[in-house]
Amino acid sequence: MIPVSTASGGFPFPILPAIVIAPAIAAVLLFFLPRGRPGLAKAVGIGASLVTLGLALAMAVRFETGQPGYQFVVSHSWIPAFGVSWKLGVDGISVFLVAVTAVLFPVAIAGPRTGEDPKGYMAWMLLLEAACLGSFLSLDLFLFFLFFELTLPPMYMLIGKWGFENRSYAAVKFFIYTFAGSALMLIAMLALVFIDARSTGVVTFDLIANTTAQHVSSGIGAVLFLGFAAAFAVKIPVFPFHTWLPDAQVEAPTGGSMVLAGVLFNLGTYGLVRFCIELFPRASVDLAPLMLTLGAVGIVYGFLVAVVQTDLKRMIAYTLVADLGVVVVGLFGLTTQGISGGVYQMVNHGVSMAAMFLLIGMVVDRLGTRQLTAMGGLQARTPILAAVFIVVTLSIVGVPGLNGFVGEFVMLLGTFLTHRWWAVAAAVGMVLSALVFLWAYQQVFHGRPTAHAAGVAVADLGWRELAAVAPLVFLIVLLGVYPRPFFERINPSATRVVAHVGQVTGQYPPAVAEGARP
Amino acid sequence: MIAAIGGFVVPHIEYTAILPELILLGVAIIVMTVASLSSRPFPAGLWAGVTAAAGAASLGAAWYMSNQVNSRGPHTTIAGAIAVDGYSEFFLVVLSIAVILGALVADNFLRREGLDGPEFYVLAMVSAAGAMFMSVANDLIVVFLGLETLSIALYVLAGYNARRRESHEAALKYFVLGSFSSAIFLYGVALTYGATGSTNLARIGAFLAGNVLVSNGVLLGGLALLIVGLGFKVAAVPFHSWSPDVYQGSPTPVTGYMAAAAKAAGFAGLLRVLFSAFGLMRADWQPIITVLAAVTLVVGAVLAVVQTDIKRLLAYSSINHAGFVLVGLAAASAAGLSGSLFYLLVYTFMVIGSFGVVTLVGRTGDARHRLDDYRGLARERPIVAAVFALLLLAQAGVPFTTGFLGKFYVIAAAVDARSYPLAILAILSAVVGAFYYLRVVLLMYSDPLPAAGRAEGVALPPGTALVLVLASLFTVAFGLVPGPIVDFAHRATLLF
Repeated sequence: MIPVSTASGGFPFPILPAIVIAPAIAAVLLFFLPRGRPGLAKAVGIGASLVTLGLALAMAVRFETGQPGYQFVVSHSWIPAFGVSWKLGVDGISVFLVAVTAVLFPVAIAGPRTGEDPKGYMAWMLLLEAACLGSFLSLDLFLFFLFFELTLPPMYMLIGKWGFENRSYAAVKFFIYTFAGSALMLIAMLALVFIDARSTGVVTFDLIANTTAQHVSSGIGAVLFLGFAAAFAVKIPVFPFHTWLPDAQVEAPTGGSMVLAGVLFNLGTYGLVRFCIELFPRASVDLAPLMLTLGAVGIVYGFLVAVVQTDLKRMIAYTLVADLGVVVVGLFGLTTQGISGGVYQMVNHGVSMAAMFLLIGMVVDRLGTRQLTAMGGLQARTPILAAVFIVVTLSIVGVPGLNGFVGEFVMLLGTFLTHRWWAVAAAVGMVLSALVFLWAYQQVFHGRPTAHAAGVAVADLGWRELAAVAPLVFLIVLLGVYPRPFFERINPSATRVVAHVGQVTGQYPPAVAEGARP
Repeated sequence: MIAAIGGFVVPHIEYTAILPELILLGVAIIVMTVASLSSRPFPAGLWAGVTAAAGAASLGAAWYMSNQVNSRGPHTTIAGAIAVDGYSEFFLVVLSIAVILGALVADNFLRREGLDGPEFYVLAMVSAAGAMFMSVANDLIVVFLGLETLSIALYVLAGYNARRRESHEAALKYFVLGSFSSAIFLYGVALTYGATGSTNLARIGAFLAGNVLVSNGVLLGGLALLIVGLGFKVAAVPFHSWSPDVYQGSPTPVTGYMAAAAKAAGFAGLLRVLFSAFGLMRADWQPIITVLAAVTLVVGAVLAVVQTDIKRLLAYSSINHAGFVLVGLAAASAAGLSGSLFYLLVYTFMVIGSFGVVTLVGRTGDARHRLDDYRGLARERPIVAAVFALLLLAQAGVPFTTGFLGKFYVIAAAVDARSYPLAILAILSAVVGAFYYLRVVLLMYSDPLPAAGRAEGVALPPGTALVLVLASLFTVAFGLVPGPIVDFAHRATLLF
């Protein structure tokens, strides 16, 4: 049984619906604002995302440690005819994903320069935020699917309207790929619900009920697992479903890139834990080698392709494929360490990659090009930008003392216990990561400025830019030196997931994993 | 039979059962008479107001009957030819709504094009009454009468803009192919009568329940012809070839009204005939409907992608929507049936609202229907563009709209009936659908073309504005709180 706490946590109102609804209301309000007031639109956008941040941080602070189950759960019947309820809850796996989402959106909204029509931009961003937060908090399959799908139109508009030259193509490709993936998930979800209903007699989309039901035979379970995994594999994206990513990431405006890298990919990896592994433990064990292999191939492939790119944004976009492959390898080790490390790494990755794309946006804005060959010599001209860039780079590469190292270490430790050679492959991939990022850093910041770069006036970081990047750097350091409070909250839930897998399949986790808690 | 005519007994007629039809027909006759008696011009907007009021009255009557059915249970009346059940009342509500919205959109259009007059509204009300008779019919002959009343009025409406060649072409094409399909339907009725000895749906059902046919070739032939005849009305592939041309050529408000009313009526007839009369032959028609649904989904979605004219695009997309309704029917279950009904109800609002916007953007002359005419609409008319974007996204199946729930409802029914391939095909066609809807949305929100030839702005008259508000409110409000209309559609599956 999964423990469920409906305690309000001392808040005078249900906190989780408030977190989801606050940005949604602001988005609707923005549509009705007068067109001629860009300043007001920006203020509403930033204000609403900060209110959401406050609510999310308050929730994370009140989140009780040591509890494996869901907290702050609210449940209302919504469409009784379908067995659908409006049910939100948070556990150790989602709590920091919610928090990091709430942190990244204000930065993504306020940090980069917004182009034309700030009103529309803010409205779509806030709608996207509501959809992402709703996805992390939903405890109802139907509701999750709604929020998961609702992320698509805003992202489509953000890329399609505010992106770079080739934006239409990228936006359509993004939409079609991810929509097709989630289409399969919808069918799998319905099939699961109806199969469970044949045994229990009740049609319900409740996540907890379906997690505990486990009436699916292993063969059908594998098919349904793949249906769910298709949606998440496209979203993450896992090799070979990644081809939309470089286009979308390159063409998106800086704020959109940050959200894609920092939040949307987390939705996919979160979905793997919450839905693929929890709903289909048997299939997860059976198909773990497949997922591990895809992850490991993605790591090597992503870095190798990244090395040869000449476009800075595209280069970093390919490293995303690799980095997310590492998370997949961690999760499908199916050990407590693998899953808590994986969740921790999602948080890290969100922060570091969002920071990276924010900085890339700054570099590209300054130089007016994304081509690496036209860059160079920025270090002498913008020392603060260079310093921040190297901190973020080292955090992604996994240097001890910064956040990336902690997540990767714990995660690969967990996978090493059960699937040794995949963990080795992933670790080898990590070496390539250092190669790519330092190579990128060297080309942008070292050497002499190229003729193009020398021709443009370049200023160092201004106050606004520093204020935007500072919270992210702070988190990078905090997560790197003091991970304990985070793991205290993540671990119980990760243990619950692994115990659930073990209970259903009767073979997990292997004894060795018990002794080595991080 | 012949002998019986001498002693013809007038059956008891329960007038409340056909009150909505009587209201619309009565008002139509009064409007026609009054208009022909006076030579002075009538105030602008009068006829639209009268039509909308008649629609509202028939809506009220249908709602009242619906509550009666809930409390007293369904029954048949007028010698078993008319069914008074949740299903009938559901479609009476849907069609009344189509009349109201259609009249409101048409009002400004007719004045703008210099076509104002009572005839349009008379034809609209008569066609709606025909559509309503199709929905409440419990006898194949009554279905046919309704079908013809609906169709003949629609043929004239399609050619209503006599100054435009395209309108003539649309009317003629619709007429030729439509009468052909009516003939096929009638032949299906004849064969069914020959095989079962009755045209009454309940008696056909009873006959099939009580008898085992040694050779059922005639009956199957009749069933097939009935499906073809009604399949034409709902524009199911391969009987769809008329619809893009007719949708494109007809005056735009007619297109919207036609897409809503003719489709609803066609499905009302098809669903009732298949469930009520041929319910026991499910194993025979289910594969046919499944194939029809699959082909309709794919052809509608794929051909919509290559269109450059908004009306043709919406025509193909409406074929795709018909495919979704057929998915619910192919499940051949109560859940599938209520899914199909739900879909038709929500589609009525989405499609009339969409064509309302197309009417506005078409501007005087009703000619600007290229996709490029939508470029930059958001800058010129942010509210119109936002409503159109909402309605298109709802048609694409974006969450928290009724459009999503409609798709979800029928696909869930298909999965429950274990027709996984059809469910997957349906949702993949929705993916393709998202592509062409989003293309229009993005066009509206991109920069306008250089100001060449932008003499006339897009006006937003109050009647159309009301329709847009109603359509978007319905789409979003019931997308968030679908309970009431889910229940309504669910109750409608309780056949008498």
